[in-house]
Amino acid sequence: MDVGSAGSSSHDDPVLPLLPCRSSRGRRRRTLVRKFLLSDLSHFSPFPQMSSAAESQFHVLAVDDSLIDRKLIERLLKISSYQVTTVDSGSKALEFLGSRVNDDRSSSDSLPSVSPSDHQGVEVNLIITDYCMPGMTGYDLLKKIKESSSLRDIPVVIMSSENVPSRITRCLEEGAEEFILKPVRLADVNKLRPHMMRTKKLKGQEQEQELQEESVTHCEVRSQPPRQHELEIEQSQQDQSQQIQQHQQQKSGNNNKRKALDVEEGLSPDRTRSRYNGVATF
Amino acid sequence: MPRFHGQSNHAPVDIVNQLQKQYVDYLSSLFHEGVLDDQFTQLQKLQDESNPDFTVEVATLFFVDSDKLINNMAAALERSPVDFKQVDADVHQLKGSSSSIGAMRVKNLCITFRSFCETQNYEGCLICLQQVKNECAVLKDKLQNLFRMEQQIVGAGGSVPLMD
Repeated sequence: MDVGSAGSSSHDDPVLPLLPCRSSRGRRRRTLVRKFLLSDLSHFSPFPQMSSAAESQFHVLAVDDSLIDRKLIERLLKISSYQVTTVDSGSKALEFLGSRVNDDRSSSDSLPSVSPSDHQGVEVNLIITDYCMPGMTGYDLLKKIKESSSLRDIPVVIMSSENVPSRITRCLEEGAEEFILKPVRLADVNKLRPHMMRTKKLKGQEQEQELQEESVTHCEVRSQPPRQHELEIEQSQQDQSQQIQQHQQQKSGNNNKRKALDVEEGLSPDRTRSRYNGVATF
Repeated sequence: MPRFHGQSNHAPVDIVNQLQKQYVDYLSSLFHEGVLDDQFTQLQKLQDESNPDFTVEVATLFFVDSDKLINNMAAALERSPVDFKQVDADVHQLKGSSSSIGAMRVKNLCITFRSFCETQNYEGCLICLQQVKNECAVLKDKLQNLFRMEQQIVGAGGSVPLMD
């Protein structure tokens, strides 16, 4: 695939100079590097405290209109070492999760915009919600979450006091990870961790996949906006970086996911250099 | 405790043991009679040094909540026409919270109560309401006894045995 036209300043979309279509060997190396980084954030992250906090403590949002059940689920989650936020309705849950749900433009984002430093919303690793609630039911909430590109990767678990098979099926089909019968017990809460861990890994894999896809897309149609790590290029390539930066300012919606990339990948200049050395062709 | 001259607040071991045994017997009887079910034990397991009053707090919340719900139900049943859907919603809530604290008898009464709401059986609802009221009062009394016994054990320097 040809990237020869990279660097031409007349293009609206500056070509991504640092991601030519790669051989599979390059991809494997990147996967290895990424896996290593994700598992060893404390060494590589520029924000060690933030990443170790994000890494070691999962944050659960619990939604239930019953005060007693909120108290119970909060205690169950805290005993299991999770950070907990409880709200008493689906609409408050959406409010807490941030305004992204109502933002139509967010549907163009392909990555969940979650970052500890994101003031728009808080990072949530799992949502556990009661089914029967006045106004917005747990099912309604589940649907809204799955319809939101920024929230849909957050695992959702439904709780209900009633064992209704059709209800359970409906929820699972809509994307709920689990359906837990109330009263909720410690054993039920123990089942939640794998879902939260999988999402963290998934985010890493998604980013990996996006990079791959982008390198292919880029060769054909330069429509994807450049990514944050491409800003971290050597001094000698500042012209191109300025072009990219300008382009990025236009697409400010992507900043959040790039922050996430930064925090999660813990990019250091050294790493960037080793990735892109000798690859750019201008 | 005339024989106790020690510096600590511990009562003699046999006193603590006695209190603990009485406690276990009492709690066992509550399970045996069906007043409480295993969910209550689950609640007790959530209590620790960082949350030493968890069970009492949850029980307190329950009684505040159930009083309110029972009053709502009574008011709804006194209106004409009776809004059975509203009564049912309140019973559903009471069923949920009683289930969450392990109040088995209250929960089972709510199940019966709901079926009367569904069939719009006014007499049945009134009877259930009275039974639920009584059962909540009995539960409150028994839990207060239980918590008092816990305080006595702790006050005597012992620890509250956990049923398993």
